[in-house]
Amino acid sequence: MSRRLSRRALALPAALAIAVVLSGCGSGRPSASTASGSAAAGDGAKEVTVFAAASLTGTFTELGKAFEAAHPGTSVRFNFGSSATLAQQIVQGAPADVFAAASPATMKTVTDASLAGAPATFVRNKLQIAVPADNPAEVDEFEDLADARVKVALCAPQVPCGAAAVKALDAAGLKVTPVTLEQDVKATLTKVELGEVDAALVYRTDVIAAAGKVKGIAFPEADQAIHDYPIATLTEAPAGDLARRFVDLVLSRQGKDVLTKAGFETP
Amino acid sequence: MTSSASPSPDRAPSRGPDRAPSRGGPAGRRDSPRRVTGRLPWMLLVPAVLGLAFLVLPLAGLLVRAPWPTLLQRLAEPQVLQALRLSLVTASIATAVCLVLGVPLAWLLARVSFPGRRVVRALVTVPLVLPPVVGGVALLLLLGRRGLLGQWLESTFGLTLPFTSAGVVVAEAFVAMPFLVISVEGALRGADQRFEEAAATLGASRWTVFRRVTLPLIMPGIVAGAVLCWARALGEFGATITFAGNFPGTTQTMPLAVYLALETEPEAAIVLSLVLLAVSVIILASLRDRWVNTP
Repeated sequence: MSRRLSRRALALPAALAIAVVLSGCGSGRPSASTASGSAAAGDGAKEVTVFAAASLTGTFTELGKAFEAAHPGTSVRFNFGSSATLAQQIVQGAPADVFAAASPATMKTVTDASLAGAPATFVRNKLQIAVPADNPAEVDEFEDLADARVKVALCAPQVPCGAAAVKALDAAGLKVTPVTLEQDVKATLTKVELGEVDAALVYRTDVIAAAGKVKGIAFPEADQAIHDYPIATLTEAPAGDLARRFVDLVLSRQGKDVLTKAGFETP
Repeated sequence: MTSSASPSPDRAPSRGPDRAPSRGGPAGRRDSPRRVTGRLPWMLLVPAVLGLAFLVLPLAGLLVRAPWPTLLQRLAEPQVLQALRLSLVTASIATAVCLVLGVPLAWLLARVSFPGRRVVRALVTVPLVLPPVVGGVALLLLLGRRGLLGQWLESTFGLTLPFTSAGVVVAEAFVAMPFLVISVEGALRGADQRFEEAAATLGASRWTVFRRVTLPLIMPGIVAGAVLCWARALGEFGATITFAGNFPGTTQTMPLAVYLALETEPEAAIVLSLVLLAVSVIILASLRDRWVNTP
């Protein structure tokens, strides 16, 4: 009896512990909660749900406001996150209207599942070297990253900015041993902003967004690792025609202005 | 934990009318003949089963979707074992750190009254409510290369914590320690203080009382807390990747490997999650039988 009691009493911490292990695994994932509720209600009020790469947060928020102003009664909802995660969410049935990805590979996940129409490339992004504002390691060219005294952060090769970094390093024939391979470009940039690393390879757009806190250094090999951002409406878009109109806005003159101002190159 | 180390409650007079039932003490269990029986109330049973299903069914999802045919092949990849070893080692060291610092902290909160104790108790739980990524940033601001303490650590000892395995331990301990402190403090509050008082009247110093009476009394609470703490450390993701970074072999623990695998190969992420789960379940289950369930 007493043995059974104690066994039961202690099953609780064990069960809790397992739950805790699991909760820890997922704590870094962006929430999918914003993905719900694209089914608009009410008279004439319509909603467009846009899944967009994290690097588009600033520009797309601005374009969303412009869209709402141009189409009274509509609202644009965003789910920003890692392109790969967003693609997974769409494949698993998240109710999205538009998908703007940071790499053709992640867009391919969605088109392969026949969930999106033909994607169009709307911007290109390029890498830059980001250094802390005071540039403690005196980095001024790409070759400096190979110096053992320079602490370098790169994106993990699994994410688009990491893949681009590998491409650029290969193009220069440079061997760099980073101290960390970060999970996304924002995390990489944070390490520079806090001065934990002397240099990192991030997008030009991120350097511009963090102006004042980091300094950007352009390098010629970045041209070898330019990558495209595709955008597409989803075939089962609940917003239908409105989804297409949002894509039109992104591809329009106005959209291009907003995007180039943030440091993107337009094709 | 063993009865020889405890203040022999078996020999205490069991007929005394003033004898309060000591929580978890053997005598307390022995004199409980009025066991609650009867039909299980559905008001408890239904939510209990639902709760269990809620916790367990997502795991079933992992098991169903696991790529069983290629499982062994994926497990044999050196990066997996490397990450697993790093996870187990850092989580265990972090738990040891938490025990050394957390048990005295719990004792302070439970046994010593000082002004602002409530505030201190609330502060201890801060890492529980703080998003782990924020915890990681906070650690960087304190212990990073330009942090308040980190600056001094580097200039004086040439020591930098970010991007090292020691940094992983720091991040894990920061996030996991509240679990230990809360659990041990609860045990301390539940323990019968009269054993401690008796020891004190016999001339034992506070340190001796703690070591010879309190510690054995609350050992189940400490073990339960350590188990929770270890599990939390093992699954730690946000603070680790923010503070210690992610580099295979030095700072890439299993949860970090899982997250990055998810970017490109969801199937590999499932395999890694299963390994982490299996190892933690095996260790937790065997620990429970070995240390907690001694008759």
